Formats: sequence, C-alpha cells, structure tokens
Amino acid sequence: MTRRRAVLLVRIAVLAGLTATLEICCRTGLIDPLIVIPPSEMVASMIDRVGSGELDESIVNTFSTIALAFVLAIGCGTLAGALVHRSSRLRDVVDPLLASYYSVPTFIFYPLLVALLGLGKAPLVVLGVLSGAPAVMISTLSGLDSVSPVLLKLARVHRLSPARTLWWIVLPAALPRLFSGFKLALSYALIGVIAGEFILSGTGLGFAISFAYQSFDNRAMYGLMLFVLLIAVTANGILYVWEGRLARRRSTG
Amino acid sequence: MSDFAFEDASSRRTSRGRIRTFDAAVLVLLMLAIWQAIGSWTHGVAVSPPLQTLLYLFDLVRTGMFWQHAAATLAAFLLAFVLSALIGLALGLIFGVRRFAGEVAEPILAGFYTIPKVTLYPVVLLIFGLGMSAKVAFGVMHGLVPMTLFTLGAVRTLPPVLIRTARVMRLSPARTMLWVLVPACLPEIVNGLRISFSLTFLGVLIGEMFSSQRGLGFLLVNGMAQHNVPLSTAVVTVIVVVSIAANSMMLRLRGRTAHRSN
Repeated sequence: MTRRRAVLLVRIAVLAGLTATLEICCRTGLIDPLIVIPPSEMVASMIDRVGSGELDESIVNTFSTIALAFVLAIGCGTLAGALVHRSSRLRDVVDPLLASYYSVPTFIFYPLLVALLGLGKAPLVVLGVLSGAPAVMISTLSGLDSVSPVLLKLARVHRLSPARTLWWIVLPAALPRLFSGFKLALSYALIGVIAGEFILSGTGLGFAISFAYQSFDNRAMYGLMLFVLLIAVTANGILYVWEGRLARRRSTG
Repeated sequence: MSDFAFEDASSRRTSRGRIRTFDAAVLVLLMLAIWQAIGSWTHGVAVSPPLQTLLYLFDLVRTGMFWQHAAATLAAFLLAFVLSALIGLALGLIFGVRRFAGEVAEPILAGFYTIPKVTLYPVVLLIFGLGMSAKVAFGVMHGLVPMTLFTLGAVRTLPPVLIRTARVMRLSPARTMLWVLVPACLPEIVNGLRISFSLTFLGVLIGEMFSSQRGLGFLLVNGMAQHNVPLSTAVVTVIVVVSIAANSMMLRLRGRTAHRSN
C-alpha cells in the first residue's frame, strides 16, 4: 500500500514537474508563445470558451455522436460476437478476419463514408461503430470462451431458462472480458468521432479545434484541445477505475 | 494400427482445411458482392465498384504521380516506424527493468494511448512546420506508446532468474538487454512491432489527410474533393491491402519466434 502511494506521488510529481517546466519555458521565452502557450493560459482559455456558452452546441453534438457510436458499437459487437460464438465453422472464418481487421487504419474509410452518407452525424457514427464494434466482438468471443463449462452444467441442473442462464450465469462470468472490450470501444468511438470532425466536418469540438488552428487563434485552439483531452482522460479513467474495482471484487470472492 | 490412426487424423485435417478454404473464398466473394452492391446502389458517386476500381488501379500504377505520392508516404512511414520501434524498445526495456519507474510511467503512457491524438496534430504542425517531419513526428506519437507498453509488459513477466543470472555474469546493461532481455521477450516484441506498425501507418496517413500536399492520405482526400471516386476508392484499396499483408506477415513471424523460444 505504501509503495502504491509512493508510485502515485511520484507520478503526480512527474506530471506537475513537466507542466511547471513547460510554463517556465513559455514564460521566459525559451519556447515561442506563437507555438505553445503557457499551461496556465490554456486553462484560462478553456474556462473562457466553455463558460461563454458558444461551445454548447458543439459539445452536445460531439458527445451525443460519441455516445450513439459507443452504444451501437457495443450492441452490434456483442450480438455479432454471440452469434459467431455459436458456430465453430463461422468462427474459423471470422477469427483471421478480426485479427487483420485491427491492422487496417479504419479512419481512411471516413472520406468514403462522407461521400456515401453526406456530411453530418451519420458518417461519424458509422466510423465510430466500424472502429469500435470489432474490438467488442473480439472481447465477447473471449468472454464467452472464458465461461467454464461447469457453470453451464450448473445452469442445466437448475433448469434455468436460456434467458436466465444468460443473465445469471453467462453474463457475470464473461463480464471482465466484456468490460475490456467496452473500454476499447469508448476510446475508439472518441478517437474516431473527434478525428472525423477534425479532418472533414462542419460541427463539433474536433471541427472547432481545426477551425481555430486555421484561423491562427492559438489561444482558443489550446483551450479547446485541453478541454477535449481532459474529457477523454476522465472518461477512460472512470472505466479504468471501475474495471479495477470489478476485478478486485472478483478476486475477493 | 497407429499408422491407420495417423492417416485418419491427417485426412480429417485436410478435409477441415478444405472447408476452411471454401469458407474463406465465400467470405471474399461476399465482401466483393457487398462492395459491388454499395457501388451500384449509389451509382458510383461514393464508392466505385470492384472491377472498375481494379482497372483504374492498373492505370494508376503506371503513372509516375502515384509512385511519387506512395514514395512520400513510405519514406515518412519507414522513418517513423524505425524511430518508434527503437525508442519504444529502449524505453520498454528500461521501464521493465526499473520496476518503480515502470509503475510510475505505465498509467501515463496508457492514458496517452487512449486519448484522441488528432487534436494534438496542430501542435505538431506548429512545432515542426508543414512537411515530412510533422508527419514523422505524428506517426511516432501513435507508434511509440504501444511498442513501449508491449515491451514493458514482456520484461515485467520475465522469470526474475534471467535478470539475476545476467547480474551474476556481470553483463553490462547494454549486453543484458541485447543478450538476455530481447531474446527472451522476442514474441512479445514482435507483437508490439505489429501493433506499432499499424498505428504508425495510421498516424502518417491522418497527418497527410490534414493539410499536406503529398502522400497517399493527401491523394485520398484530394480524390474526394475533386469527385474522382475511382481514385479515392483505389487509394483506400491499396492501403487496406498493404496493411493486411504487413499484418499477416508479422503474425506469421510471431508464430515462428514463439516456437523458437519454447
């Protein structure tokens, strides 16, 4: 426990030290303020931007898109994974496909999706699902594999209906693996949607950042950037802590 | 008796293999059919159908223009990949051996791995300016962290006796890494290289798609902007084929290294 605390303290010290160094370098002119602005300015700019309300629409847009992509990716991925798990022949075909799918930079489909579906929410959601669903599918397959046969026998002995078996036995047993897939799906949905908005879009936070960059408004750009990164880190952090808690509860019984 | 059993097993294996090949062929045909369906359903305004794309691609690879763009992407990618592989390997080994430093660094690296790095691309552009070095830096930003994390994980789960033996033999840190750690972690390192390869490629391509004048990423966005549908579809096809080929090559390589270490 003390070691864990020491690690945590050093980690915070390292991050604080890096931020302080950046601040000093910017203030003393070692780093050109036209390139990077001091972290304190970034925070001030972020508070300005978010407080002014001009971003409300973009924030709602971006996060509803991310949430939609995330939910759809989980739904499609889990369903597809469960279906493939039932047939070993299908699995033989799908496994190598999933292994190589991961290596394809899914993002390059975005321009095609824009041409197909028009500029707006639809191509962003599809992009988020395309990058997140396979990860969920992989984790569903490995989660279902990890359910030990004895548990299923137990369910049969107790004459549970298929729905109850799923809800009471399979789901809790597979949950840790499923969860890691959900975590990946969230970060892929986040990356996909914001990257899409950044490259080619007319709304959202990603677009706001690229717009600020193109109009040489560095202060706004860094504020927005900090905002997006803080939210991304927080969202991933919550799932990370939650996952750790789930794992600990399992290990203590 | 045993001869017979052997024959039986092998014939079963080939018949299963045959089913697999058949299924894979069906799958490829299915994907081509979907591609064709999307192409003809939209009358080729978004995606050009497979055959047409292939014909266009044959013409495209005969032009010097295509090879200039491909060479620009390849040069940026190779440089970024070599940099992220070497730096990531070194960092991973150091963080793996120095437990405390590793525990401090790992969540920071993992956090960086999951954030949308595109938002940082303007900073890269401001620091490095438009051009090759920005693309390389952005590729390294994507590829460095997975390489580090994979190597770190591999070194950490290594039997401690190996590191102790190296210490007993008074190997210098550099020799310990080269003679003990790297060979022992080879399968994991190859796996890290594989992930790092695809993410570096992604980073370079995104860099090219946003404010660049050269490279396959630029060609793709440009094709879209000029409503040259066959061009953008052909570029996407090339990228997909190249990344799948590279990935399967590295999967095979990992299989081979895993056998050797056992």
